[in-house]
Amino acid sequence: MLADILAVLPETALALMGMVVLILGLAKVRNHLAVAVLTLGSLLLAGVLLSHVGRAVDPGEHFMFGMFVLDRFAIYFKALLLACSFLTVLLSIDYLMRHDARPGEYLALVMLATVGMMTMASGVHLAAIYVGLELMALSTYVLAGYFRRQVKSHEAAAKYFVLGALSSGILLYGLSLLYGATGTLELQAIAGRLAQGPPSAAALAGIGLLACGFLFKVAAVPFHMWTPDVYEGAPTPITTFMSVGPKAAAFAIFLRVFDGGLAPVAESWRPLVWGAAALTMVWGNIAALTQDNVKRMLAYSSIAHAGYALVGLVAGGDAGVQSVLLYMLVYTVTNVGAFGLVILLESRGYAGQTVQDFAGLARKQPVAAFGMLLFLLSLGGIPPTAGFMGKLYVFAAAIRSGYVWLVVIAVLMSAVSLYYYLRIVLQMYLRDGEGVEPAPMVSAVWTERALWACAVAVLLIGLWPGPFAAAAAAGLGIMPLP
Amino acid sequence: MEFFANPLNQICYLPLLGALVIIFFLKREQSKAIKVVATVTAGLDFVISIPLWWRYLPEGNAFQLTYKASWIPSIGSSYHFGVDGISVLLILLTTLLGFIAVYSSFSAITHREKEYYVFLLVLQTGMLGVFMALDFVLFYVFWEVMLVPMYFLIGIWGGPRKLYAAIKFFLYTLAGSVLMLVGILALYFYNSTGLGAVGLEGLGNPATFDVPTLFGIAGRIPPGLQMWIFLAFFVGFAIKVPMFPFHTWLPDAHVEAPTAGSVILAGVLLKMGTYGFIRFSLPLLPDATQKAVPWMVGLAIVGIIYGALVAMAQKDMKKLVAYSSVSHLGFVMLGMFALNPSGLSGSVLQMINHGLSTGGLFLLVGIVYERRHTRMIADYGGLAKVMPVYATLFMIITMASIGLPTLNGFVGELTILIGAFNRSTWWAVLAASGIVLGAAYMLWLYQRVFFGDITHEENHTLTDVNRREQWTLIPLVVLCFWIGLYPKPFFRIMEPSIRRVVEVVDPGYLAHPRLPAVSTVPPPAHGR
Repeated sequence: MLADILAVLPETALALMGMVVLILGLAKVRNHLAVAVLTLGSLLLAGVLLSHVGRAVDPGEHFMFGMFVLDRFAIYFKALLLACSFLTVLLSIDYLMRHDARPGEYLALVMLATVGMMTMASGVHLAAIYVGLELMALSTYVLAGYFRRQVKSHEAAAKYFVLGALSSGILLYGLSLLYGATGTLELQAIAGRLAQGPPSAAALAGIGLLACGFLFKVAAVPFHMWTPDVYEGAPTPITTFMSVGPKAAAFAIFLRVFDGGLAPVAESWRPLVWGAAALTMVWGNIAALTQDNVKRMLAYSSIAHAGYALVGLVAGGDAGVQSVLLYMLVYTVTNVGAFGLVILLESRGYAGQTVQDFAGLARKQPVAAFGMLLFLLSLGGIPPTAGFMGKLYVFAAAIRSGYVWLVVIAVLMSAVSLYYYLRIVLQMYLRDGEGVEPAPMVSAVWTERALWACAVAVLLIGLWPGPFAAAAAAGLGIMPLP
Repeated sequence: MEFFANPLNQICYLPLLGALVIIFFLKREQSKAIKVVATVTAGLDFVISIPLWWRYLPEGNAFQLTYKASWIPSIGSSYHFGVDGISVLLILLTTLLGFIAVYSSFSAITHREKEYYVFLLVLQTGMLGVFMALDFVLFYVFWEVMLVPMYFLIGIWGGPRKLYAAIKFFLYTLAGSVLMLVGILALYFYNSTGLGAVGLEGLGNPATFDVPTLFGIAGRIPPGLQMWIFLAFFVGFAIKVPMFPFHTWLPDAHVEAPTAGSVILAGVLLKMGTYGFIRFSLPLLPDATQKAVPWMVGLAIVGIIYGALVAMAQKDMKKLVAYSSVSHLGFVMLGMFALNPSGLSGSVLQMINHGLSTGGLFLLVGIVYERRHTRMIADYGGLAKVMPVYATLFMIITMASIGLPTLNGFVGELTILIGAFNRSTWWAVLAASGIVLGAAYMLWLYQRVFFGDITHEENHTLTDVNRREQWTLIPLVVLCFWIGLYPKPFFRIMEPSIRRVVEVVDPGYLAHPRLPAVSTVPPPAHGR
């Protein structure tokens, strides 16, 4: 019992602090900054607790009636997710103040979503995974529509909710079919049943529906329709959050369920994910080519990145899992950085801006422009940035498993992606002396701090990836197979 | 600090250091200081690279002055620098042209000078790293890093169609190099764990990206896999060279780039493609190379003739020089795929020659462009009367490019032709027609620009080259004569490295040489 409580201590603490922040918000505390700092402190606290608890508990043990583990895989993802939320809060502080929004509920929702995501990372029981997923999803629906007087934000929330609910339904259907076929919701037991013989039709249908649900959550083609609209309409810090946090959490369960519990029937789902990965990379990158709105462009880019990460999932094995873990880290720091700069420039009303707003930025704001250049090159996978190392590991894992053609698609598409990333670079650096003015930049100390952290991380991982790759090697023993 | 005790690290990172100094310590307005720092850095870099000429011992190990340190141990990639005879020559070419590029830009670049010199210096570091890296990941990192500054050089300081040219250059090269990465990974896994789903057993060696280590398995890669890897490498390198039909980015990039950009592009960047072939494709994939010979030679010969014919039709001087590069690089590829010592040494020498003469031609075109802001041949004529020194320098470089005896081009082309003739008479015959065409378009260009009457009023008042411009050209002219009159030291430096390549790629040749090698240097006693 005590061990159970200990294992979920970080989540518990974060949930309690979330309540406190919520109450402070309802109590109309005037000092918004203090509330925000309290949130940051809570996230840090959860991180500290995680590091201690992670050392104290046995990584092989199951807690909470076999629903919850705290292995290295879970710890890695939780640390990453806490970092996502931490960066999101940093990006949000100035943004909320600029838009005169009360931070209490907003920050509490971010914290609750984080609790949900952390539960997902630890879940080894489909019910636990589903509960965590829903906690995360419900919080994010509300966050997407947080500026409810803004039509676009409203629209984003409505679309996200309807489609999200649908996908949850599909997921649930898949779970129930799988339960019917195997008689259990515990991943390890499922793996045991599936290993016994060829899977039944019901199990295959369940796996297929499960894959659809997960592909929706990671925003993979053909379940990506919601992404551009929601990303465009949501408040930009929430867009940032959605593009990294829930996506990373979704990959955590995707890996745990598919490369863990469903590994015995890998041959039945692998072609499906292979196809989804290929489609996602191709369509995500091609659709991004024509976007003029930066938020939509980055939305499609994040779709494409889900495709690259799926390549790692297809590759499977320790190397594949490790590569996805590293990729999620790389993608997080890079994408938060890119969106952070969009936030800094986002001054012309609320719905984001066009590529042209970056025109001449290099002259006006050389440091910001260089930062954006760094993040864009990293998104495009050009060394010496983190993005290159992330892709290198993913592609290496896939080639090792023999998926050479998938990698060929991936590399060619990453060359295509440079076209639209360079469109922003072109505006920043190359459009000069043509009477263009960049959008004015807001001064936002907290956002800048987050950006500096991301920029340092992007360069550090790019130049010296060893320690980060070693941390990501946690994929070893994602699930003790029977 | 052990890191910076290695001369290669010093040479590679000095330009980067200069760039950082400019970024952090100089303001945009301090134009003069920026130029001084950039010139001093690039000049110093050339000076510290000169000792490579004698510190590299041709009789010694395959790779010398090496520096190896742990980098990404989990995948077996290390920070490994080292040079052989081929890369020493290319490094010297790079540092020389890098200095000339900086020094020649003073009057050509008038806006955003700070960024310009920063990009130029960063580019220099990237290029040097490519020639020094002996680890595939490290090589790939430098190979791609270099794209970014070049993109900016074309895109910011280029001509009217600079945006199009810049993105075309970037995407073309990138598309090729990512496929090369796939080839690298396939090789890497064949050496270690194998490629699972395609049912290819690996050799089970410890995973490594180390190039000299991978040379060790060259003969053991199955021919089918070799072919695929060769193809992946081919796409990456052939685009860079550029070989016909992958050359279409080149005229755009060359024409739109600022003068210094064109000099670097023609002088060094194109050599990376040919360097890639000789460093990786030939010694790692000997069977595939042998099989690819007819195709490669075919493309090379088409490139030679096609490039020359298209050059002849150009009205724009810079475009003419750009297409002449396609033709000259065709010679380099022809010599390389003759796969014998004379062909390969001619090929490497011709890389240097092309860097000197084409770099020089771009500088010369840039000089009149700065004065008249046009590159159209029709806008000139009779320049010999008003710019005698310029006309003389232009004549020497033109002759070097054509391949007149006593100048460098002759030595390179002759050696290549000997190598090609040795394999097949027809190759040599067809390639030699390219030389004739080369003489035709260059002399015709010279005639239209320099002889006859001055047809345009503006040209009467043109000033001859000034002191600075002379000094950018004199080193090139001196080197052209040196190589033309006494190429032996150059051959001596590259000979053993080339012999090592031939030993792998065509071992039968050395056993029964059909013709003696051009150089008289005895082969090294200890083979690899």
